[in-house]
Amino acid sequence: MERRRFLSKFLSIAASATVVSGFFKRAVASPDGYDPKGHYYGMGIQIDKCIGCGKCVEACKEENNVPKEPFFFRTWVERYVIKKEGETSVQNIDMRIERSNEVFSEKDIVRSFFVPKLCNQCDNPPCVQVCPVGATFKTEDGVILVDDERCIGCRYCIQACPYGARYLHPEKETADKCTFCYHRITKGLLPACVEVCPSQARIFGDVKSSASPLGRFKRMNKLHVLKPSLNTEPKVSYSGLDGEVR
Amino acid sequence: MKSFLQKMPDALKRVLAVFVLVAGTAVLVRAVLPASLTDSRLHIKTTVEREMAHPVRYAGSEACADCHEEYKVKQGGYHKNLSCETCHGAAKEHSENPSDLKPKLPRMREFCAGCHTYNPSRPSGFPQVNPAAHNPRKVCIECHNPHDPKPTRTPRECSACHAEIARTKELSPHVQLECTTCHTVPQDHKLIPRSVRATIPSERSFCGKCHSKESGRKEAPKVDILTHGEKYLCWQCHYPHMPEVQ
Amino acid sequence: MNSPLTEKLFDLLKQVTGYIYPNEIEVHWGILIVVYPYLTGLVAGAFILASLVKVFNVKEVQPAYRLAMLTALAFLLIAPLPLLLHLGHPTRSYEIFLSPNFTSAMAMFGFVYAWYLMVVLILEIWFTYRKDLIVWSQGETGLMRWVHRVVALYSTDISDKAVEFDKKMVKGITIIGIPSAFLLHGYVGFIFGSIKANPWWSSVLMPIVFLFSAIVSGIALVLFLYMVVTPLRKEKIDIKCVDKMASFLFYAVIVDFSLELLDFIHRLYESEESIKILSDLVMNKLFISLGVLQVLLGMLLPLGVMVAIRLFKFEEELRKLLYFVSAILIQIGIFATRWNVVIGGQMFSKSFRGLTAYKMEIGGMEGFLMTLVLLSLPFIVLSILIKVLPPWEKPAKSTTEGGTMERTVIG
Repeated sequence: MERRRFLSKFLSIAASATVVSGFFKRAVASPDGYDPKGHYYGMGIQIDKCIGCGKCVEACKEENNVPKEPFFFRTWVERYVIKKEGETSVQNIDMRIERSNEVFSEKDIVRSFFVPKLCNQCDNPPCVQVCPVGATFKTEDGVILVDDERCIGCRYCIQACPYGARYLHPEKETADKCTFCYHRITKGLLPACVEVCPSQARIFGDVKSSASPLGRFKRMNKLHVLKPSLNTEPKVSYSGLDGEVR
Repeated sequence: MKSFLQKMPDALKRVLAVFVLVAGTAVLVRAVLPASLTDSRLHIKTTVEREMAHPVRYAGSEACADCHEEYKVKQGGYHKNLSCETCHGAAKEHSENPSDLKPKLPRMREFCAGCHTYNPSRPSGFPQVNPAAHNPRKVCIECHNPHDPKPTRTPRECSACHAEIARTKELSPHVQLECTTCHTVPQDHKLIPRSVRATIPSERSFCGKCHSKESGRKEAPKVDILTHGEKYLCWQCHYPHMPEVQ
Repeated sequence: MNSPLTEKLFDLLKQVTGYIYPNEIEVHWGILIVVYPYLTGLVAGAFILASLVKVFNVKEVQPAYRLAMLTALAFLLIAPLPLLLHLGHPTRSYEIFLSPNFTSAMAMFGFVYAWYLMVVLILEIWFTYRKDLIVWSQGETGLMRWVHRVVALYSTDISDKAVEFDKKMVKGITIIGIPSAFLLHGYVGFIFGSIKANPWWSSVLMPIVFLFSAIVSGIALVLFLYMVVTPLRKEKIDIKCVDKMASFLFYAVIVDFSLELLDFIHRLYESEESIKILSDLVMNKLFISLGVLQVLLGMLLPLGVMVAIRLFKFEEELRKLLYFVSAILIQIGIFATRWNVVIGGQMFSKSFRGLTAYKMEIGGMEGFLMTLVLLSLPFIVLSILIKVLPPWEKPAKSTTEGGTMERTVIG
């Protein structure tokens, strides 16, 4: 397998000239009925409501063809356990890996909670800044997308993301990440993770609209974002976020 | 102009000629290439269209309501905020082809346990059980209707309004205590709950009835009621509905 | 069925300590990206050494001038190869020219590279060699005659005036060339230094540290090559030239060392959020490559040797030996420097809670053998370049004789 990849890579370098010609025709019908101008999407996450069931992770992988192995995630859930000795233990909730469901004696726990993570759809996205060919960009409605027909697989964006939200798709060999389920939200559906969340820990909506669950979430909670010092201006905000979360 | 060219050293002329040739070729190639290769606005447009055309797998709850009676039942119970597909899995294909493609019908204990197993990281109000102790041989849906799950053991009168407390207590060492062990409830509390209140204990000695060294209740953990956290009332450190055993 | 990649990742999972984000298990920039800044650094360093001869008129280094220029060219020609091979889609690399994203440091690669190759290196080499090419082709027959004539762009003017103009051009290009060489490698440092997500990389000093380590490695490489190739030609090593290069090397190492020390102290003193995981990284994962290879063997030991050479008047043969050993040690040290930056920067989690591991493969696109190939390719290119463009300043010998002699010695 490895050798075949090696060979095919070499051959493909040689054949790059012919590939150029393949780019000439690309006709796609214009999307109807959806106007991105009226929207600007964001997500709210209520730490106090997450039960760490992992349904969001499963649904995301199913909806978006994310590889099933536990190294590729568009969204994942972290479990934090802050122990009496002051030590903090974090695991990724994944049913496949035993370590992730480590049992702690309740006596040793000061506090504990789950934190769902996903691409923060930064308003000032470092990944977009560094992409050499402009294959990742911010849409008019505020979502960061990857053009998988133009991504060259240099992985600079993966290095630049402070949140570990990107991975290199093992089959496509291009960068991949959460799109807020762009194909769903543009049809008026909720992102798959929000749809299946049993405890409403995730709230999706328009950041500009106040008459919406996301608007209510923003009025009723003290909010925080991840790594604010990096000035990435995330559009995913958290309520009840603990200082231990990074 | 002509004299300038004549004055120019021969070597420079040759170098410049090569440069003009190379640069000219580059400019020419760039000019001849179609927009599909060079126009990043076009790339963004096609990517957005491709992203939007991605197939939807999770249909969303509204789709289920059209055909399934259970949807209404669910809307009246504790699972009202759950999406059908949280348990039944992605069902877009089923909604398009209802008779041939059936969604999942999870009946195993393990499935319910995925959310309802006790885990110290879960929010305390969330209903949780210890599956090893909670009727281990029975399938959950024998006693609980998954579309309208109800807790079966707590005294109905109090839990009707104080459901969260009742659930919390269910997991705590105080599970065996009736609400009335600690609270005296006037009859009128049920009619005008805010005006007529149930009593709450006001002295350390109340807890001491079970937890002081002199108490006859063998199963209750004992402390020296005179010295243990003397400045504070018991419930300033221990939540009585879920007292942490230290 | 697991693919080899996921099998490898499951294997790596056992070596993870603490918590890393799940997507971080794969070290994305492997050994090839270590090789890339290493090669570019050699280019910039070799060029800057050569520039010293022309701009500051350092006569002693003249015998190594042309060798340094050819070395820079040979390494520059190979430098983009590791980058290209590591891409997920090498066939799409042309996009970097067609639709570059101007906010991306990496997108500038093509332009910086093209500028440096076309406007600086090739041009300077051409003007340096033009007269010789004409002279050689006059005394040659067959293929070589044609090669030299084409490379000279069929120019024939070897009048004093034309030669004088060549010299002027060389000097002019060198003056543009020095900032360009700074740009070439400073920019590579910027690729890493501008990543705010990564505290190991994110540093304003990064481009400057890269630059000086580049100068160190470039001088050491030319020193090494000069000391290997000259005896092969059965010529005598010009000890004055070697002494001078070594003294430049000495100063460059001192500056490089001070900068890296400054970076280190600065991090330690500021003691930001990341300091704990970074010290874990240095103590656990980079102890050999940073502590032993980069600092002790690659920097302090050669520095000590060169101080000793300055303090005690060693005899010529011993000096040569010490220079030679130092040059090799410095190469190892600078390679380790690149390793520590590139691989080290990916071995800790951006959650600052855990460390991952890097396991180099033997075969395959990003494996050890490929690295060896990539590291030896510039030398093969260099030997071809030396054949076509003999870099030796020939005394008033008959050119034909000199030309054939060169070929028999090198070949």
